[in-house]
Amino acid sequence: MRIVLKGRGDFEEWRDAARDLLRHGIAPQHVDWGLNQGLFEETPAMAGSIVPGRSLTVPKAFLDLAQAMICHSDPARFALAYRLLWRLQGERYLLEVPTDPDVARARRMEKSVRRDDHKMTAFVRFKEVVQDGPRRAFVAWFEPDHHIVARTAPFFQRRFTDMDWVIATPMGSCAWDGEALTCDDEPAAKPDLSDETDELWRTYFANIFNPARLKVKMMQTEMPKKYWKNLPEAELIPGLIGGAEQRVRDMADRMASETVPRFHERLQART
Amino acid sequence: MKKTLKQRLAILSDAAKYDASCASSGTSKRDSTKGGIGSTEGSGICHAYAPDGRCISLLKILMTNFCIYDCAYCINRSSSNVERARFSPEEVVWLTLEFYRRNYIEGLFLSSGIIRNSDYTMEQMVRIARDLRVKHGFNGYIHLKTIPEASAKLIEEAGLFADRLSINIELPTDAGVEKFAPQKHPKNIRRSMGELKTAIDEASEPTRTGRKKHFVPAGQSTQMIIGADAASDATVLGTSAGLYDSYRLRRVYYSAFSPIPDSSKNLPLIKPPLMREHRLYQADWLYRFYGFEIGEITAGRPGGMLDLQLDPKLAWALANRESFPVDVNRAEREMLLRVPGFGTKTVDAILVARAHRRLGLDDLGRLRVSVKKIKPFVVANGWTPVQLIDRVDLRDMFAPAPQQMELL
Ligand code: SF4
Repeated sequence: MRIVLKGRGDFEEWRDAARDLLRHGIAPQHVDWGLNQGLFEETPAMAGSIVPGRSLTVPKAFLDLAQAMICHSDPARFALAYRLLWRLQGERYLLEVPTDPDVARARRMEKSVRRDDHKMTAFVRFKEVVQDGPRRAFVAWFEPDHHIVARTAPFFQRRFTDMDWVIATPMGSCAWDGEALTCDDEPAAKPDLSDETDELWRTYFANIFNPARLKVKMMQTEMPKKYWKNLPEAELIPGLIGGAEQRVRDMADRMASETVPRFHERLQART
Repeated sequence: MKKTLKQRLAILSDAAKYDASCASSGTSKRDSTKGGIGSTEGSGICHAYAPDGRCISLLKILMTNFCIYDCAYCINRSSSNVERARFSPEEVVWLTLEFYRRNYIEGLFLSSGIIRNSDYTMEQMVRIARDLRVKHGFNGYIHLKTIPEASAKLIEEAGLFADRLSINIELPTDAGVEKFAPQKHPKNIRRSMGELKTAIDEASEPTRTGRKKHFVPAGQSTQMIIGADAASDATVLGTSAGLYDSYRLRRVYYSAFSPIPDSSKNLPLIKPPLMREHRLYQADWLYRFYGFEIGEITAGRPGGMLDLQLDPKLAWALANRESFPVDVNRAEREMLLRVPGFGTKTVDAILVARAHRRLGLDDLGRLRVSVKKIKPFVVANGWTPVQLIDRVDLRDMFAPAPQQMELL
């Protein structure tokens, strides 16, 4: 049985197919999950009769897990999610065995999606655009690893409620206008944006950095290079690293000067 | 000529970098669906990382770096020749909001040098927090570093608007504070901590209406400078434990004394290794989340100093080999937590999983632990460490390999 999905993070799309398969009693090894690459390909109607007496309840934990997994970009996600669903019918406590190979793999996918969610909340950078009317408007460009824009957008709605914004990505976009949050899954083009305040942010970034404690690897695990091109502050990084040693040396040279500021002398005189 | 906003931002963020904390987690959950701007959702967000590996979560700045005090370890002390600058309260509010709207930050961490007197300075800081909350409906995170010797009334008012307040203990011993920060008084610092704790406790008691008062929901924290005085790690950790227990601090931050420009002649010229700071954090963690007593961690350490080469949990395991191996299928949580290489999450996963099946090393591998590292310390299904624990070279197995020397 071949199932073809659009596969852009739409959980219902997978759930409907999986529900049908399960009702027809089709085992995971007989399902071939494919992605619709724009070519015309349709899933044929399912043959055979519905297996009676199959209850379609799943633990809530499975729903959370599957909703995250389905947003992963690995083509194997659909098959793995269906295998878990299938096994759960007999092994009701399967998800409580984190050491099971299927569960472990699913959890890794889930973790990767959640990390991507989190990085989106961290690394989206809004740029202000001119707009008439009382509300200010901002646009951001972000490049996620997985199909997470729609699932992460409500965070921005809760936080930036009083401004209009658009977050555009190669994997879909979301927009908020104070009334409605709207999302689509079409790839967007990178807009050409600039914002003056970025210069103040770069000033902050350069000065909060302590050259005496260079830990480049630590920075890169948390802020991998793939994000740099859309972070206004990242262009400073090579220069900050390169100049760190010299700055520390300069500091050492400037240690303990002989004179003190005049106002210190006045303060001393007062006491 | 008056400095531009950008120039002053450069000076006043440079001056703030010696504060270790940038945490924005653990506060009450809020959002803007009912008005205003901003949200806090439990876990903090690091919006950037500087090349020093530190998380940038907050706009961490000083209101001013003018200061009438003369603390030897501080770049802003009155006798330092550092360039001075000052923000107006409006400028701090503007920067916070504009940075926030662009999603650079979770909120503000404001501290300040002391101008005129403690209360005057603290008042200005409270005004910034109040304006952000009341005038601008700001729901993001606010951390205020309280000014030493500020009146209890002002600190309480600050607590109405801030998520977190910190009162810095500065140095591990009272003698150290008296020597290096002569205008500060350890007794008063502790009194302020105590008053704040009492106020937090009172606010968290349920009222008749059932609504809790919004008061410093992310609690209080403090910072200690390491390596400026001669205090040993055992002394430092003992002080921390005392602070955690007496004032229920959320965090004690350790800041390895960093070379500062135009540094005071009273200070040691050698900077402590950053590794020392790291080991202190690890030990602090063991005390708070792993059921270790400070005495256990520092027992038998020469001079009360932690091992710089081994993390304190591994060092403890090697010094207490008779407690191992630990049977992952039967041991209590307490004992599992003592296995080097097991984190709290791993231990929780083991406890759930072993209710369903007997766990072998491959199962542990799937929990993302390093099997190689834990092998000598555990018994698992199909695995018993053969006398590994008695090996004399056990330490060498874990200690980093000595640096290879090269011919010039
Ligand atoms: S009071 Fe604070 S800002 Fe002033 S010198 Fe002491 S540590 Fe520095």
